[in-house]
Amino acid sequence: MNFFNEFPSLGRRDLMELRRTIDNGFRDFSREYGEALENFFNPLLQFLIWLEKLMITAPWPIIILVIAFFAWMGSRSKVIVIGSALCFLAIGYLGMWKDTMSTLAIISAATLICIGIGIPIGILMSRSDRIQRIITPILDVMQTIPSFVYLIPVVMLLGIGKVPGLLAVCIYALPPIVRLTNLGIRLVDKEVLEAADAFGASAIQRLIGVQIPLALPNIFAGVNQTIMMALSMVVIASMIGVKGLGVPVLQAVSNQYLALGLMNGLAIVALAIIFDRVTQQLGKRLQKHQGLDN
Amino acid sequence: MGDTFISIRHLYKIFGRDPESAMNRVRKGMEKNELLELTGHVLGLSDINLEMEQNKVQVVMGLSGSGKSTLIRLLNRLIEPTAGEVLIDGADVLAMDAKQLRELRRQKMSMVFQRFALFPHRTVLENTGYGLEIQGANQKIIKKRAIRWIERVGLSGYENYYPAQLSGGMQQRVGLARALSTDAEILLMDEAFSALDPLIRTEMQDILLDLQEELQKTIVFITHDLDEALRIGDNIAILRDGQIIQTDNPQNILMNPVDTYVADFMKDINRARVLRVDTIMNPLDSDANDGPSLPSSTTLEQALQVFAENSSNHIIIVNRKGEKIGKLTLEDLIMGMKRPTIEKIKEDLSSPDSFKPITTASRNIN
Repeated sequence: MNFFNEFPSLGRRDLMELRRTIDNGFRDFSREYGEALENFFNPLLQFLIWLEKLMITAPWPIIILVIAFFAWMGSRSKVIVIGSALCFLAIGYLGMWKDTMSTLAIISAATLICIGIGIPIGILMSRSDRIQRIITPILDVMQTIPSFVYLIPVVMLLGIGKVPGLLAVCIYALPPIVRLTNLGIRLVDKEVLEAADAFGASAIQRLIGVQIPLALPNIFAGVNQTIMMALSMVVIASMIGVKGLGVPVLQAVSNQYLALGLMNGLAIVALAIIFDRVTQQLGKRLQKHQGLDN
Repeated sequence: MGDTFISIRHLYKIFGRDPESAMNRVRKGMEKNELLELTGHVLGLSDINLEMEQNKVQVVMGLSGSGKSTLIRLLNRLIEPTAGEVLIDGADVLAMDAKQLRELRRQKMSMVFQRFALFPHRTVLENTGYGLEIQGANQKIIKKRAIRWIERVGLSGYENYYPAQLSGGMQQRVGLARALSTDAEILLMDEAFSALDPLIRTEMQDILLDLQEELQKTIVFITHDLDEALRIGDNIAILRDGQIIQTDNPQNILMNPVDTYVADFMKDINRARVLRVDTIMNPLDSDANDGPSLPSSTTLEQALQVFAENSSNHIIIVNRKGEKIGKLTLEDLIMGMKRPTIEKIKEDLSSPDSFKPITTASRNIN
């Protein structure tokens, strides 16, 4: 009866052995290849440093103008442009300018990387059911595994700093853009694709001329989600040495500084709302001509 | 008569997991129902043979599920045939590799779809120019030709509209312009006007007939609407359950339906408006060869009008050159309006030579 009352688990010693083997294996791996990986990611690091420096050293009115410009290009809405400018003025007035710029830099870099990697993967997934079956569970793991857990191997491999932080953000923020690119392309009207085929379009012509343009609203929803997730990852990433708004939040948590925590938290919220509204409006504008029944 | 331009021989399409083995069963004589029951395969099209003439409109008519939309897609291989042959201008379409097939679709045949299938993200101008863009033509030529065809289908001024901003009829004009802009010789039209309301449909038929007069394309036109088939078709193939049951010109189909199924189709047709005097006329005899004369393409309805206005008991039929080719009495005309009865069809079926495609002599003269 003992069998049923006590779960037949691996013995304590065996378990320890198993964990130790994995840990040592990974440690050896990181000793062996850590430097090579660091070198591999060096250009990324340089880019990040350059971007952050650029945004911090640029005169603040120019940054606000640039942000207002992007907001206008994306949303074509005066309310959103003015709102964005006011938010940034308030952030600067409350002394969070530098941290906000750091956060903005890492978010921009992470978003660019996610778009650059995510859209091609999404396209691949949309083209083959088998690839979709392989990638979907990987995305599930990436989205659901507690982010603290995958911080460990990242830190073991690359130590503490901007690049591991950026990687952590990217791992967390990548799935939505992959999923929505895949979905968007799969949702393109079969009849329209048939028309493209009937006129002799090649696979590339069909992809670039028909599938991607028609999937754009969904792809943009993916970009939007990716940015949101990247922003929410900022605080956690600050645990492994990413500068920005997450650092004061972390400080506030460990020292019970309510005001500091709130202010920086709200600054993150402000960024999130600006990004969200701008990209959503952009998505809506792209959808304008397709909205009516067809 | 024109030359055969598209030739379909022993064409089969089987839907299912393993069409090849199902095909073997069909070759051994298995019927459609048995095939479905035993193997779960659907015999979509069975032993289709059809010769389509150059510069003519070939209508393929059938009810939904008869396989007509599948048939048209086998021509440009949007659906892969299971067995058989499709020759277009002598070239074997089924033997083409992907590249040759793309060239065929780009240069030689274009298509108009039932639900328009326009690109919603492209303007009317960009939609119309799509085929040329795919061919790799330069922007100037694309724009010039697209504008010409937009004008030709009567949509000038709408170049920068998006499809969603247009009505159904206008959208299908764009579909037509898009298909015409590549100057392809063959136009595949899959129930092109079926989604339009009746008034617009007639209007689009007029546009098509008008264009065809000038362009002389080889058109394959799929429809479920007999009025449309009779109006547009130079030749009509009737499809039922994946098989062609009759192929002939509209006049002959009306006069000699091959079975009750076809006859049922013809039931509600206003014969006076479709039948032409040369279809039912009698040869000239020696006496009384004068009287009011009518061109051979006159419909019975129009001829009736002439009888009503003249006291003559017969009219003379003349061909395009003005030569007398036959005559018609009021009695002939009334008999011509009579539908072939089922008994008549059965009787026809029992006589051995009734199945031959009958080509009325007068049509040859035309």
